[in-house]
Amino acid sequence: MSDVTTRDWLLSDRPASRRQARLGQAYRTWSQLRRNKLAMVGLSIVVVLILMAIFADVIAPYDPIVGGDLRTERLLPPSWTHLMGTDDQARDIFSRIVHGSRLTLMVVALVAVIATPIGLAVGTTAGYFGGWVDVVLMRITDIFLAFPRLILALAFVAALGPGIENAIIAIAITSWPPYARLARAETMQIRDADYIAAIRLQGAGSARIIWGHVVPLCLSSVIVRVTLDMAGIILTAAGLGFLGLGAQPPQPEWGAMIAGGRRFMIDFWWVATMPGIAIFVVSLGFNLLGDGLRDVLDPKGET
Amino acid sequence: MTALIEVRDLAVTFGSGRQQVRAVRGVSFDVEQGESFGLVGESGSGKSTVLRAICGLAPMTGGTVHIGGKPLKTPRDPAFYQQVQMVFQDPYGSIHPRHTIDRVLSEPLAIHGFKDAETRIERALEDVGLGRGFRFRYPHQLSGGQRQRVAIARALILEPQILLLDEPTSALDASIQAEVLNLLDALRVDKGLTYVLVSHDLAVVSHMCRRLLVMQHGQAVEELTRDALQARAATKDYTRQLLVASEGFKAP
Repeated sequence: MSDVTTRDWLLSDRPASRRQARLGQAYRTWSQLRRNKLAMVGLSIVVVLILMAIFADVIAPYDPIVGGDLRTERLLPPSWTHLMGTDDQARDIFSRIVHGSRLTLMVVALVAVIATPIGLAVGTTAGYFGGWVDVVLMRITDIFLAFPRLILALAFVAALGPGIENAIIAIAITSWPPYARLARAETMQIRDADYIAAIRLQGAGSARIIWGHVVPLCLSSVIVRVTLDMAGIILTAAGLGFLGLGAQPPQPEWGAMIAGGRRFMIDFWWVATMPGIAIFVVSLGFNLLGDGLRDVLDPKGET
Repeated sequence: MTALIEVRDLAVTFGSGRQQVRAVRGVSFDVEQGESFGLVGESGSGKSTVLRAICGLAPMTGGTVHIGGKPLKTPRDPAFYQQVQMVFQDPYGSIHPRHTIDRVLSEPLAIHGFKDAETRIERALEDVGLGRGFRFRYPHQLSGGQRQRVAIARALILEPQILLLDEPTSALDASIQAEVLNLLDALRVDKGLTYVLVSHDLAVVSHMCRRLLVMQHGQAVEELTRDALQARAATKDYTRQLLVASEGFKAP
């Protein structure tokens, strides 16, 4: 009963307050997303990742850094005591993967938080003003785009020293140019629209127009792009970890774990495979979610 | 008495060199306080560009525009936007798709620092015949006519003296057209507004305007009064052609 009334309240034609209108809009987007099965699979993977990161201490049965008995518990195959086996330091791989989700999530969240605003700001500013502002900003973007991503990340890590924080900064600095390009293209479509002319006629300044009117319309495609890029970001972080330039041992970073397992790949397959599966599943989750979001958030779909 | 709007030899040129387009070439007209003035012409005659040049959306490359006896400043100052507002042709493209009506109406008030936003928004919605129920809707929850009413409310919320109307009804179907035109007429009388109405539809212009200017290829063809238009007393060939075209289908 109360379910029905809440739903009616959310879908009301004539919302009575700002909050109701906004919640109603969010609910509509959500129910549209819910119809997409694959997107829901992606979303549940991401939610599980987040829960895993939050409750890592509760979920993980062993300590991720201090191993067991080095004489008897090294490189054990998967079993009920060690779900994913143990590595060469006698550490439980499942516990390490659970704790590693924190690092992965931190990488993903920080890169999104750093790169998205930079890309949006550069792209919308360039697109809105055009002229020489556009030329200068886009040439800077081109310079960043022309660098191979992993190599530039390597250079930054080499300059700033290895470590997960520097890897994050390096990835963030190299991942904003595509967002700037995307935001610029969207902005150039929007900037001549009548509703932008209308707000300009109300006397709004450029900052207000860009922030309040252009950015909300670019945001959805950028969010979709960021979500789709998450897989690449995780892989780059893992790649840096694998090369020894990201997370440093004994941190349970998935890429570094693969690198550690590489030496026993033939005889003890699970050491490298388990974190590989984790990277694969999480990347797939973000990709599926991004695809679903693209269908829902595409601003051209609605008028 | 000087006219409220004085346009002298207005010229608008886009681009340069070989791609130069002279959209408006030396158009002059006066609009009196409280009057409704029509600009008529076919597509591409530069009539909308005249409006856009007045409010600063298109570059004025020649001539002068005086409003209330004062020349326009470039860029326009906030006082100008409180005096002159515009209603756009396409109600589907002139309201931000992600903003509620409330946001659309409250933003100009915030920009100009009005304190009594609540009452003004409710009064503006009332004025254009939309109830409170519309306030927190999104544009996609409104019909074309309702959207155009919102656009009119947005233009009126700063209480301007002059409203520039760029084909305000051509995107609407016939019955809604009449409603919106009557609304505009009533608002003009109520609030003592001055209109400059652009349209390709002679019927609309002769309904709304006492005087009108016919334009072709960016130039003024002739200025007519409504009575002359209704008496078919055009002096120029082009105007006669327009009149014939507007009579529509006649049984032979």
